[in-house]
Amino acid sequence: MSARTSGVREFVDWVIVTTPSPAPDAGAEVPEGAYLDHAATTPMSPAALAAFVAEAGRPGNASSLHSAGRSARRTVEESRESVAAALGARPSEVIFTAGGTEADNLAIKGIFWGRRRTDARRTRVLVSAVEHHAVLDPAFWLAGHAGAEITLLPVDGDGRLDLAALRAELAAHADEVALVSVMWANNEVGTVQPVRDVVRLAHQHGIPVHTDAVQAVGQVEVDFAASGVDAMTVTGHKVGGPVGVGALLARRDLPIEAVLHGGGQERGVRSGTLDMPAIRAFAVALAEAVASHPQRAAQLAALRDALVAGVRRVAPEAVLRGPDPSRFVDGVPARLPANAHFTFPGAEGDSLLYLLDSAGVQASTGSACQAGVPQPSHVLLAMGVPEADARGALRFSLGTTSQAADVDRLVAALPQVVDRARAAGLVSGRALTGGVG
Amino acid sequence: MRVLAAMSGGVDSAVAAALAVEAGHDVVGVHMALSRNRDQFRTGSRGCCSIEDAGDARRAADVLGIPYYVWDLSERFEETVVADFLSEYEAGRTPNPCVRCNEHIKFEALLDKATALGFDAVATGHYARVVTRAASAGPDGADGTATRELHRSPNTEKDQSYVLAVMGPDRLARAMFPLGGFASKAEVRAEAERRGLSVSAKPDSYDICFVADGDTRGFLRDRLGSRPGEVRDVEGNVVGEHDGAYAYTVGQRKGLGLGRPAADGRARYVVDVQTSTNTVVVGPAELLSVDRIAGEDAVWFERPGPEPAGSGAWHDAELQIRAHGAPVPVQVRATAGTPARDGSVSGDGVPGLELRLVGTPLRGVAAGQSAVVYRGTQVLGQATVTDAWRG
Repeated sequence: MSARTSGVREFVDWVIVTTPSPAPDAGAEVPEGAYLDHAATTPMSPAALAAFVAEAGRPGNASSLHSAGRSARRTVEESRESVAAALGARPSEVIFTAGGTEADNLAIKGIFWGRRRTDARRTRVLVSAVEHHAVLDPAFWLAGHAGAEITLLPVDGDGRLDLAALRAELAAHADEVALVSVMWANNEVGTVQPVRDVVRLAHQHGIPVHTDAVQAVGQVEVDFAASGVDAMTVTGHKVGGPVGVGALLARRDLPIEAVLHGGGQERGVRSGTLDMPAIRAFAVALAEAVASHPQRAAQLAALRDALVAGVRRVAPEAVLRGPDPSRFVDGVPARLPANAHFTFPGAEGDSLLYLLDSAGVQASTGSACQAGVPQPSHVLLAMGVPEADARGALRFSLGTTSQAADVDRLVAALPQVVDRARAAGLVSGRALTGGVG
Repeated sequence: MRVLAAMSGGVDSAVAAALAVEAGHDVVGVHMALSRNRDQFRTGSRGCCSIEDAGDARRAADVLGIPYYVWDLSERFEETVVADFLSEYEAGRTPNPCVRCNEHIKFEALLDKATALGFDAVATGHYARVVTRAASAGPDGADGTATRELHRSPNTEKDQSYVLAVMGPDRLARAMFPLGGFASKAEVRAEAERRGLSVSAKPDSYDICFVADGDTRGFLRDRLGSRPGEVRDVEGNVVGEHDGAYAYTVGQRKGLGLGRPAADGRARYVVDVQTSTNTVVVGPAELLSVDRIAGEDAVWFERPGPEPAGSGAWHDAELQIRAHGAPVPVQVRATAGTPARDGSVSGDGVPGLELRLVGTPLRGVAAGQSAVVYRGTQVLGQATVTDAWRG
């Protein structure tokens, strides 16, 4: 606490010298300690940051016809080619968006509307039960507002899609399905999904497939064309690019309606002035991440394995959720190399998170929260984890800046953290069963 | 000390947290999510329970430079405070949910969890004072244990010692009320403004936080359902109808919906709520006057006299019967169980208390209310009213 306070004071002094009014972030904490939440967001790479700063100072709207506009447009198109090359897509298949959530919304709503326009019977949307809320919520929004019927496809105990269930669903309703959406890899437990099998089954019925590859890019090999998917979501800030930029890769023959209407940018599917500096930085970061993927994945996996071993050593009651890290399926890791996820029996995730945070270790409960309240993870529940166990979840996710010292710090802090969180869990548990006093 | 500052998103708890920080404590801000379905924005005069309020608390914590978390206590809140509110009304009693929230949520669920997680104290924005009194030195010269007393705030208008009395001495030992010395809300707002806390001008809250628009009767009807029945006068004549006796409280005059005026033309009040027959009994004001009160579940910070409970001696004190009521002179005695009108004492060893008014009788004392006993500014103890009568 004292170290941080003095750091803040120095920062404030500096701000007062340079600006007359109090800086808006005068009290901001400078993150320190072990940052183990790279799946939430990871720092921008130095090259991406340099590219962003360089472009942000330049004038020019990529839709303008004069020289400044042409220059901005050239940067966007070079970035588009770079993004396409990194992901095995054609440049014309890249639709830039303001991030993964927007790309998922465009995919789910846009493809649903596009398909229904040509065939009014196609009202079914099949999604895996472990999708991110950026996929689930647009799907359920369509159910509430546009007559869609949503089928949640079940997963096994590792969080991997039940292909037989998909096959049965397709056989029963092939003529009514608008699209299938199955993520490339899960954001909570890191399970890599059998996307190629999904594509094979869906394409037998001529049904398009979308995949949210936000977590997968940079950690496992992601090739748009080779995978056969019709649409794929990617984002900047999970690969070392800026927050607020991403893309939907979409085949040119895929029927897709616009969600944002306006100036008609991005084939008329996504209006809005192109965010040239962010797009450029995204492209730089993505190219780096993909180029360095083999070494990066090996380093992340080695560090993750050390983390898993360390947690198991000091907290043997902790249960690793998701696939065995050493497992491969068809030559592909069954689990993202940067992901580890545990449930701690008798402890609550928010207690664990607080105690780790105060020990300088930043992790996540992994699940969505509403204004700061973690909800029991729909992913864990879909995997068959009892709700009481699901409340004690913590996700640790690594990135390029992670080091062995981060894992050491976690492992050193964990025994006392788990003891305390379980003591607090006992108090809460007793309170819950105590009834009205 | 490691201090957990409970931060509702209002100005009082924000300043309380600031003062705890400035006193040199290691402070963490925690906002309690008490409702399962929180509204996005604050409405009416409820001041703690929307997502906007959680955001206000977060901003205050940012300004103070302290960590901030939201703890979900909604399940516990529903099982204790809301369930008690419903069952008490259903039993024809008049509960105070703020008392129950302090008892079960702030100074139990929150405090116990905080203690388990390594905190030494919970700081809140309540207006009340803790006075630490060193015990007289023992015979061998060693210091006795210091005692902590709960006192009224010098801000008589805002004083919340009444709703805090339920926590008892063990809990008080781990509680901190940094606003205890503030004589006015304006001073607290000025302190907030001085520190750049944007909640400085936020309006006060005074409604029950889980009842929308202050419509207690509507809330009860939604949760308990409509149960039509009769309104009778004390002679037993049917004088009206109601949708559920549970929604009436002894002493109530407004909202009785009686078509005909009383024969003598005088105002009528609820004098009894008989839930067994679903009957509301109305009568003239003088039937509401009581000078004897019995209470159960007594909690003492300091017993009114030196003798053990149940020995029968009466002692002078003052009584407050509602959150913003004026104290009245009484005599009080601690009982070993719950006292009854006939002088008997029931209950399985859970202490109670008995009160007799010294001056003017009180009007509108309902079962379920908290009776808090003071001596001067000091809270001696409290109990839940079980019965009140004219002795």
